[in-house]
Amino acid sequence: MPRTDGTPILSVEGLSAWYGEAQVLREVSLQVGEGEIVTLVGRNGAGKTTLLRCLMGLQERWSGSVGFLGADITRLPAHRRARQGLGYVPDDRGVYSTLTVEENLTLPPAVGPAPWPLARVYETFPRLRERRSFPGTKLSGGEQQMLALARVLRMGARLLLCDEPTEGLSPLIVQQIGDILREVRRQGGTVLLIEQNVHFASTVADRHYLLAEGRVVESLGNDEMRARRHELLEYLGI
Amino acid sequence: MLQQAFNGLVGGAFYALLALGLAVIFGMLGVVNFAHGAFYMLGAFGSYVLLDSFGVNFWIALVAVPVALGLAGTVLQRLFIRRLAPLDPLYNFLFTFGLALILQDLVKREYGVQSQPYPRPDLLAGTVDLGLFTYPAYQVFVLAVSVTLCLLVWLVLTRTRVGMIVRAATERPELTRALGIDVGRWVTPVFGFGIALAGLAGVLAAPMRAVNPLMGGDLIITVFAVVVIGGLGSIFGSVAAGFAIGLVSALGNLYVPALSQTLVFILMAAVLLWRPAGLFGREEALS
Repeated sequence: MPRTDGTPILSVEGLSAWYGEAQVLREVSLQVGEGEIVTLVGRNGAGKTTLLRCLMGLQERWSGSVGFLGADITRLPAHRRARQGLGYVPDDRGVYSTLTVEENLTLPPAVGPAPWPLARVYETFPRLRERRSFPGTKLSGGEQQMLALARVLRMGARLLLCDEPTEGLSPLIVQQIGDILREVRRQGGTVLLIEQNVHFASTVADRHYLLAEGRVVESLGNDEMRARRHELLEYLGI
Repeated sequence: MLQQAFNGLVGGAFYALLALGLAVIFGMLGVVNFAHGAFYMLGAFGSYVLLDSFGVNFWIALVAVPVALGLAGTVLQRLFIRRLAPLDPLYNFLFTFGLALILQDLVKREYGVQSQPYPRPDLLAGTVDLGLFTYPAYQVFVLAVSVTLCLLVWLVLTRTRVGMIVRAATERPELTRALGIDVGRWVTPVFGFGIALAGLAGVLAAPMRAVNPLMGGDLIITVFAVVVIGGLGSIFGSVAAGFAIGLVSALGNLYVPALSQTLVFILMAAVLLWRPAGLFGREEALS
């Protein structure tokens, strides 16, 4: 079992998942400690997105168990998981076009001990304040990603599940996202992050799980990740 | 011509009420409700039976029938549609289609296919001087009710938290659940509401159109075209397209009477070629 720095906030045991007949996750077990940023690294099709969907309660066919904040949430439906403090940032950012920017932010109920007040969200993301009454999808890709992150922070999520937030964004925006995630950790937040960008992953995260063909094949510390960067890049085919 | 345009808007008022219900139901449940026309027909028959057998007047029927049908809709959703929802969408297609036939034939067995008369309420029996022409007061009333209702629904959708949740759940049901909202809790009332709108359209139609078992089936085909033109699941689009199609078919009736029945479908084909997701639809709605 990999070490975790704090008490595990999330523990996953023997998670398997299927799409129709095809098995996409095989007995995945992992843990995330409170206050950690952990990445899931792996090729396309390795099962990373499916893993987050299972954690969020969105996957239809799956087995295994998921513990969050000391409680077994395996049987909980998605909305109850969110209310326990899971903040979902999907791979397509999940910004609603029929909701304004501000409605996008205030749609989820405030949960957890420390939801961000809207004023603080706007202070951190001034661009969202400027565009608060625009339809969500009128924002640029980077702004939409900020919106998706800001939404789960306003919600007060204890654990952010981020599905490749840096994909397709400019280096400047990627850097900003890194700053936000580090800020989240500084305040005691926890992040489980899907990331293909090995460099970004090693600058922002504490630990990494390497997924291949639906299995966790390795658990790496940050130093190891940096040392084996080239090998990993080649493996990921990037 | 102005008068014909006004006729078109009145016709569009029915399309809009029916399309609005279909759109919220499709958006939130992912169910194409083929029984929508049958509930419209039941609305008209409901008010006919209330008057004919119980002497209950139009104004009471206007409230009681939609409420009763809306409640019936919630029961229907809880008992059947919810159970079929996790399966292939085809099951609910078949279910609502079958239900429409059953309802239609039950009414046919009882009342035959002849149209039943339904008098206009006394209060609205006269005409209204609209300046350029006089117009039956009842038709003006129908248009006003429909426009008011569509506006009210629009206000609720855009200005309230419930409306925000319905919009979100219509656009991305799964994501909305993942953001902590119990979408399932809203599905039953939304379905009931959609059915109630269809029932209300039926009550409004009774004094104006022939009350017979087939009236829903005839109308609903056009309403489906309206919903497709407006953009599947787009609430604003379906209302706008409802009024627009009413107008277009009335004017078509005036200028090219031979085409009046087909015009809507020609229009639908043209819109789909130009914008496959409909005028106000989103591309994602197709997947």
